[in-house]
Amino acid sequence: MRFLRIKAIAKKELIQIWRDPLSLIIALLMPVIQLFIYGYAITFDVNNITTVVYDQDKSSLSRELVAQFKESGYFTLVAYVDNYDDIDAYLDSNRARVAITIPYDFSKKMRTGNPAHVEVIIDGSDSNTATIAEGYVAAISLRYAQRITTRTVLPVMDPRTRVWFNPELKSRNFIIPGLIAVIMSVVVALLTSLTVAREWERGTMEQLISTPVKPSELIIGKLAPYFAIGFMDMVLAVLVGVTLFGVPLRGDIVLLVVLSSVFLFGTVSFGVLISIIAKRSQSVASQIAILSTMLPAFLLSGFLFAISNMPKPLQVITYIFPARYFVTILKGVFLKGSTLTLLWKEGIMLAMAGAIVFFLAIRKLHKRID
Amino acid sequence: MNQTSAVKVEGLTRRFGDFVAVDGIDLDIGRGEIFGFLGPNGAGKSTTIKMLCGLLLPSIGKGSVGGHDIMTGSEEIKKNIGYMSQKFSLYDDLTVKENIRFFSGMYGVRREKRKERMEWTLEMAGLEEKRDVVVGDLPGGFKQRLALGCAILHEPPILFLDEPTSGVDPISRRNFWNLIYEMSGSGTTVFVTTHYMDEADYCHRLALIYRGKIIAEGTPMDLRERYMKRYVLEIGVERMVEALDILEKKGMDAAIFGSLLHVTVEDVKQGIADIRSTLESSDIQVDRIERIAPSLEDVFVTLIEVA
Repeated sequence: MRFLRIKAIAKKELIQIWRDPLSLIIALLMPVIQLFIYGYAITFDVNNITTVVYDQDKSSLSRELVAQFKESGYFTLVAYVDNYDDIDAYLDSNRARVAITIPYDFSKKMRTGNPAHVEVIIDGSDSNTATIAEGYVAAISLRYAQRITTRTVLPVMDPRTRVWFNPELKSRNFIIPGLIAVIMSVVVALLTSLTVAREWERGTMEQLISTPVKPSELIIGKLAPYFAIGFMDMVLAVLVGVTLFGVPLRGDIVLLVVLSSVFLFGTVSFGVLISIIAKRSQSVASQIAILSTMLPAFLLSGFLFAISNMPKPLQVITYIFPARYFVTILKGVFLKGSTLTLLWKEGIMLAMAGAIVFFLAIRKLHKRID
Repeated sequence: MNQTSAVKVEGLTRRFGDFVAVDGIDLDIGRGEIFGFLGPNGAGKSTTIKMLCGLLLPSIGKGSVGGHDIMTGSEEIKKNIGYMSQKFSLYDDLTVKENIRFFSGMYGVRREKRKERMEWTLEMAGLEEKRDVVVGDLPGGFKQRLALGCAILHEPPILFLDEPTSGVDPISRRNFWNLIYEMSGSGTTVFVTTHYMDEADYCHRLALIYRGKIIAEGTPMDLRERYMKRYVLEIGVERMVEALDILEKKGMDAAIFGSLLHVTVEDVKQGIADIRSTLESSDIQVDRIERIAPSLEDVFVTLIEVA
């Protein structure tokens, strides 16, 4: 294997990427845009729950209850209404997601030690938000009830929960590390998938395979620049995540770099493989690249949606996607400070996946036209 | 290489499904020869050349190129040849210099020779002043010569050129053939495919290919003498298309060549008389009829009709 030829190919690819505005946009702009979208725009945290209140009691106790909701910071009081039709109007028009109705005998019941029912209507069309809102309502109500009730109710068990690794449950901390896997998968695979197909379309591939170049030399030469770009994107994503979004990086950064490189190698090889298989069509190649990297990385890697919540058959399927292992690694290193002792299994899987794809690509690259 | 032939193949055949693109071709090309492969589009020229270069595996056939087997030694063949494909296959987004440097690397041109070969190629292609121009911006003639240069950076003993003069102006074509002569003179074997019949005369030997088969082979002179048992009359006439129609209806072998008609006849005197009487009785005036030397195109057209 001649290093000279590999160098010539890598250099040529680099020049071509540099001179192609589309490649540059995908390589540099796409990751940044994705980071900003996911970092700022997408959040699972529920705030500003618009609420209307129908206070039939209008006593100091009822007002205190309403104040509890306001002060929690999660609910935004939009209006006070005085009939049920108005409640319907607000919920239907999306001006409010929650409606609290305090019955006229609320304070009387509270004072006489009888259970007082407060009716809470929640807009369930966004079930995620609805569930969380419901939880907040229950918690606030319970706390209020415990304060007001003269008869103290001693609980048999007093659960005190602490959330490890992400105590504020900031969804950003949970999204960004996994996002790095998505960015690298999609951007790198997309870029790389065009490389061989483009040469076939332009006719230069025929020229290339008429030279003594070996498939392994051709592939390594093509991999190198895209690996470098992917590496750069990874560093960028980590930097933005840590400095701009404040995602903690509790683990060893060297471990992060090493394991990311292994994943990157696999992803770039996969892109080249797609390019070889899709042979003469850049458009087909790019479509395959997006479908086979974006969908798994997005939906099946544990990036946004927990794998353990998925139906069993789907959980089994996720094992074939390298992105799954990488997301575990990323969350581990960023949030848990995990070391190699904990992540070696994932590391091995990534390495194996990369090696398989790489050798498959070499085998599939025939130096023949047919 | 012990053998005297640069390329020696027998029964070269290539099928694509049911379609037989190349049907049992035999070739024997000596070192330093300029061998032309002529035929219309779709005749099988490109397919043949790709098999010889190791780019396509023959369906059937045996032989060798540069001493290496065409069935099992494609990678070895590639080390000793230069190939210029039909589309000139240069990188349009790289500059002239970058292309040369790239192919130098690919063909393994030795470090010491690189600068020399770069300068030689630039001079040969007339691109010394344009070395930093992006190839996509170059006119066709320059691209053609640059592509040739890139194919011979490593000074291979055998060169395969697939329609190297397609779409290039006549002056550039002439210059290109001068280059080929120079190379043949220094011992390089050149295998060229073309559909321009007038380029046939530039070759030492040629083969005419039609529908995958070789229908004639020999030097340009051979082909004219051997295959043209008849004579060609050139006719200048006013209503050419009508005249063609009339002559064909009378069973004559006629074809349009530019603004004139060529008719192939067994006997010159009789032929002239027949043609004149036929056309004049249909009220078409004949400006002139004379015998001309058959061009290779005439040869080819005749052969195809026989095939």
